[in-house]
Amino acid sequence: MTLAEWVLVLTWIGVTAYALLGGADFGAGVWDLVAGGERRGRAERALIEHAIGPVWEANHVWLIFVLVILWTAFPPVFAAVASTLYVPLTLVAFGVIARGAAFAFRKAIPEVGPKRLFGAAFAGSSLVTPFFLGTVAGAVASGRVPPGSARGDPLTSWWNPTSALGGAMAVGVCAYLAAVYLTADADRAGQAGLAERFRRRALGTGVAVGALALGGIGVLAADAPRLYQGLTGRALPLIAASAAFGLASLALLWRRRFLAVRVTAACAVVAVVWGWAVGQYPYMLEPDLTIAAAAAGRATLQAMLAALGVGAVLLVPALAWLFVLFQRTDPPRSA
Amino acid sequence: MLPLLAAATPTDLYAARTQMALSLGWHIVVACLGVGFPALVLLAEWRGLRSGDPAWRLLARRWARALGVLFAVGAVSGTILSFEMGILWPGLMGTYGEVIGLPFAIEGIAFFIEAIFLGIYLYAWDRLPPRTHLLAGLPILVAGVASAFFVVTANAWMNQPRGFDLVNGKVTEVDPWAAMFNPATPPQTVHMLLAAFIVAGFLVASVYAVAMLRGRRDRYHRLGFLLPFTLAAALVPVQIGVGDWAAHFVATNQPVKLAAMEGVFQTARGVPLHLGGIERDGELRYAVEIPFGLSLLAHWDPQAEIKGLDQVPPADRPPVTVVHLAFQLMVLCGLALLGLGAWFALAWWRRRDLPRSRWFLRGAAAAGVLATLALEAGWVTTEVGRQPWIVYGILRTADAVSPAPGLRFGLYALVVVYTLLTVATVYVLRRLARVPVPVAPQERDVREVPVA
Repeated sequence: MTLAEWVLVLTWIGVTAYALLGGADFGAGVWDLVAGGERRGRAERALIEHAIGPVWEANHVWLIFVLVILWTAFPPVFAAVASTLYVPLTLVAFGVIARGAAFAFRKAIPEVGPKRLFGAAFAGSSLVTPFFLGTVAGAVASGRVPPGSARGDPLTSWWNPTSALGGAMAVGVCAYLAAVYLTADADRAGQAGLAERFRRRALGTGVAVGALALGGIGVLAADAPRLYQGLTGRALPLIAASAAFGLASLALLWRRRFLAVRVTAACAVVAVVWGWAVGQYPYMLEPDLTIAAAAAGRATLQAMLAALGVGAVLLVPALAWLFVLFQRTDPPRSA
Repeated sequence: MLPLLAAATPTDLYAARTQMALSLGWHIVVACLGVGFPALVLLAEWRGLRSGDPAWRLLARRWARALGVLFAVGAVSGTILSFEMGILWPGLMGTYGEVIGLPFAIEGIAFFIEAIFLGIYLYAWDRLPPRTHLLAGLPILVAGVASAFFVVTANAWMNQPRGFDLVNGKVTEVDPWAAMFNPATPPQTVHMLLAAFIVAGFLVASVYAVAMLRGRRDRYHRLGFLLPFTLAAALVPVQIGVGDWAAHFVATNQPVKLAAMEGVFQTARGVPLHLGGIERDGELRYAVEIPFGLSLLAHWDPQAEIKGLDQVPPADRPPVTVVHLAFQLMVLCGLALLGLGAWFALAWWRRRDLPRSRWFLRGAAAAGVLATLALEAGWVTTEVGRQPWIVYGILRTADAVSPAPGLRFGLYALVVVYTLLTVATVYVLRRLARVPVPVAPQERDVREVPVA
């Protein structure tokens, strides 16, 4: 593997982590949105706040991590994607602002009125942000982002069948992952009723996302033939694995194996994300900008890998501590 | 298909610059709080741990709660900036991303560490042993300082681009370390980091100055004032020295920017210092002149030569009025804060107490605003003073902007979003400050304050 490919693998690990962790936080916001009125939804919202409170800032950083690696190691790709897709990306940025700020605001104040307002901003943007991120993925995957500054169509580059599929899939996957994770959280906290509710939601969204993916095959065949070729060619084992993990997850949910299903559900998502990468290899921007052509010079890539190596030594134990600390059974809270 | 445009319209260029200025100018304030505020929280927690004093411990918890809100706002307003780098300035990032991306990548790692330990620090306040908890807060401070340092190295590079060769418009021979440690890095990073602690200190202190003016003179409010005010006031004289260093650096390395800052149009010897004044028809009007002042200040020699704006063609000059007035506003605010700090130091030296005058507290209440004004004015000075270049002498801002149609609509939307964000942030922070504090806090009162 070349130096550039190593850096790209690290970038893709960042994308994967963002999908699994940041995605679940978005999904939790989606469930917050449909939790119902102030009284009826209180227990669910408390569970959601409790689950994502300590970790969401860290989970959010994966997005920034991906952006900075991309613009350092593959500057033409970053410039082309950001400038052509400035409409959905601006909406993503606004969604990120509304979500992060409103989540912190809601926790900080006791008044019901403003709490509800901030809650709506948090939950609504949890739906909007992954949708537009999904359209961006669809735009890149269907080869609608040409290299250069704003060379692609400002509207149809992200308003097309593949982008719509990407947006819907992103929202669906986020909601699904969140439901799966929250089922186990509720179960561990001894809240059987909540666990059951999230289990049913996980089953429902799991089936829906699966159906969407099946229908998506037809969309991709018609709208993104190159991607379709890649997914059904070199990437086929990964796509098949994703389907198998998806089915296994449904079975595990059915049998209430809440911890095991966390792993299989995550694996299903990981397989799709990497399936896309393998299917598109060696192109970063279809039809002809390759990894090698887009990559920065050797000195930059080496510096980047060195920095990320040192960073990993610091980050991995810190992240491990964060997740272990808050996944243990809680002591009774004094406050 | 919409027609592809070759270049952005002047309106869209102006909109893009305004959008960047607005989102950066907003972020820089919360970023300063993100760098400086953790130091205050940790100091209060440490004093509380050593003395057991409920006032210190209550302060630490209440400050930590505000820190959580500010950090969230800082994180999201920083995220939009990384989007804007590509949305607005693809001509900069697409070509020079590989030269100047490294400090952003390292900053990303530092920010990651900040976010992880902030989660632990806030949410595990009552789970970890007190000493472990205090130590878990230290990485927030270290990583915050590191983030600010690395981001500012990237800005320093825009003033002093190094670490690459240009061959027929193609970037070659990239050395990202040389780009990061460019000549402008030392003065700019030190100036910015000190500013962060000063702004955070005065902003927090001004909240307590207002409370003291309203009659809350108990131990809790005194400590809440004294710690941040002392820290910030002690750093002001250092900052003025560093500012002088930074100005000398600009005089040597970016003489056009210095000429704009000082409003000097013609290169000459024995140049006076201009106080105030605006540009009219290629000269500075309505300024108060101090004879030989600028030559003396810049080179310690009344006859020293100062290069004027006439050293470069008009197309390469920054807008003088904005840069000149912003620079002088920054200096003025800095001097006012120096005076306030000196007043405090004198009273403390003589009586171990705050100055008795209510005017001191009024000044201290204004200090947060003054420090923020100085921060913004300094930022305007360095950014507008670099124009028309985005990368000094190499790439024009007009050539870096995205040619995408309708960038101005992004600006309009951003103005709406940031207005709402500002209103909500101020509302929530004021709401947190309004939670009543017992006059003599007891153990029970401390435990009852939720952190997260």
